Amino acid sequence: MQAEHRSYASRGYAGELAAERARSLAGRKFRARAFYGLILAATLLVIVALFVLLAAIIVDGGGSLFRDFPSFFTSAPSRYAHMAGIKVALLGTLWMMAFTVLFSFPIGVGAAIYLEEYAPRHWLTRLIQINIANLAGVPSIVYGILGLALFVRGLALERSILSGALTMSLLIMPIIIITTQEALRSVPLSLRQASYALGATRWQTIWHIVLPQAIPGILTGTILSLSRGIGETAPLIMVGALTYIAFTPASPLDPFTALPIQIFNWTARPQEEFHGIAAAAIIVLLVTLLAMNAGAIYLRDRFQKRSEV
Amino acid sequence: METAIKIAVDQVEPPQSPAPETGGESIKLRTIGLSVRYRERLALRGISLNIPANKVTAIIGPSGCGKSTLLRCFNRMNDLIPDAHVDGKVLFNEMDLYAPEADPTEIRYRIGMVFQRPNPFPKSIYDNVAFGLRINGHKGNIDGLVQRSLQHAALWDEVKDRLKKSALTLSGGQQQRLCIARALAVEPEVILMDEPCSSLDPIATLAIEDLIRSLSSEYTIIIVTHNMQQAARVSDETAFLTTESDGAGYLVEHGNTRQIFTNPMDERTEAYITGRFG
Repeated sequence: MQAEHRSYASRGYAGELAAERARSLAGRKFRARAFYGLILAATLLVIVALFVLLAAIIVDGGGSLFRDFPSFFTSAPSRYAHMAGIKVALLGTLWMMAFTVLFSFPIGVGAAIYLEEYAPRHWLTRLIQINIANLAGVPSIVYGILGLALFVRGLALERSILSGALTMSLLIMPIIIITTQEALRSVPLSLRQASYALGATRWQTIWHIVLPQAIPGILTGTILSLSRGIGETAPLIMVGALTYIAFTPASPLDPFTALPIQIFNWTARPQEEFHGIAAAAIIVLLVTLLAMNAGAIYLRDRFQKRSEV
Repeated sequence: METAIKIAVDQVEPPQSPAPETGGESIKLRTIGLSVRYRERLALRGISLNIPANKVTAIIGPSGCGKSTLLRCFNRMNDLIPDAHVDGKVLFNEMDLYAPEADPTEIRYRIGMVFQRPNPFPKSIYDNVAFGLRINGHKGNIDGLVQRSLQHAALWDEVKDRLKKSALTLSGGQQQRLCIARALAVEPEVILMDEPCSSLDPIATLAIEDLIRSLSSEYTIIIVTHNMQQAARVSDETAFLTTESDGAGYLVEHGNTRQIFTNPMDERTEAYITGRFG
């Protein structure tokens, strides 16, 4: 073998092969760098676009946000832009989100536990799973129509926070179910086996071992699904979140408005000043979303650290 | 055929006899014609085996011959596998484990299991050992029982100052001893061990083997192992399983460990032990 090699070299083949290899290497390096450049450019494009958007919003709304602080947060809507505030809309959003969690969390997590831990694995279960995955993608206005028929008219709840919350619960429940199932599935079989081998029942295993392990994933999924729901406008319009109310809701059956609706209302007005406060309201909504997502990530990290220590 | 006759001869007492042989050892667990299949694939064929009380029985054999499947039949862990079907009888203190009125959680409380890779819960050391007691509604002195189980598992001295620390901070060998302590806490009659040392280093392995020997005076232990030297060191009786071309495991020979390793009756046993296959 060695001898052959040397005879190739002496005939100049080594030179050919080396040159070919060098060419191929240069080509590969170039392609690698070009690819890197492309994906970097894609990322930068997205970041720049978002940055421009954010900058525009902050420029438009920053002034209104801090005028006579905290008057923007404590004033009700008004005909005069310099006196209008988001108090009513913010409270409406918070009330509605609170009730949404109240309904969607237990039912969503409960359904996920059943589907993942108890349901027998046959075609009917499979069908239900596929249905739920589909529902996660249904446009939100369809949920609005459903809410109108079922809650506003059917259950005679009228155009109230309760109707809004129930409709929103339906909207985000498929996401909660899917993310909870993922979280449950991620608990290793070895832990469940250890539990069963000690004489635990299925429910004991779920309650003491599976759920505590799955909580970070469940919480993250819930918060993320809530943050999707907080910005939905269409279903709330259908369910009647009024675009102009000046009093804060006192009970779940009161009419209400929400931040996205208020933003929509203000941006639709011709006067320029209203666009300013609309931008301010958008900032509030974005900060809320950011806080919720950060909270979800923080919770998830904290629980992960606990179980990995 | 030859094997079947040997097994029939080995079973001195008739299957349903309630009283143990006088002057001999009592039988804790026995299987009669036990077969297990997963869907269509037969994993175990017609295993008939007696497990004596308060002794260590090792189950050896080549990979994939169904040793773990057999072990799981004793505490009904095969129930957790959706497509597993069990035929034949498994008797525990002469009670049929697979009778319709038999309660798996009760069985698992009395027949404990230690797994191949240590699987402590992501809880504190104390909570790991106490888990079995708490879920079975034990009301008494949990502290004392936790200490006793950890002492039994030769782990107490190493962890007594950090019972509240997470079990995941322990080394592999310590975690496995914790799993043994956890299994001991509910005071089972039988402990099933599925290759308990295979993921541990040699020092930890020896520690566990010593532990097994010391436990055998109070508990009946069945250990599945790939390691024949371990089987020879640790067990009083040994059962050798192997498979045929269809992949179904069957019992070739079962008897006193010393006799099996020095003078096996079946040539397949001899071939496996001397390393000619497996």
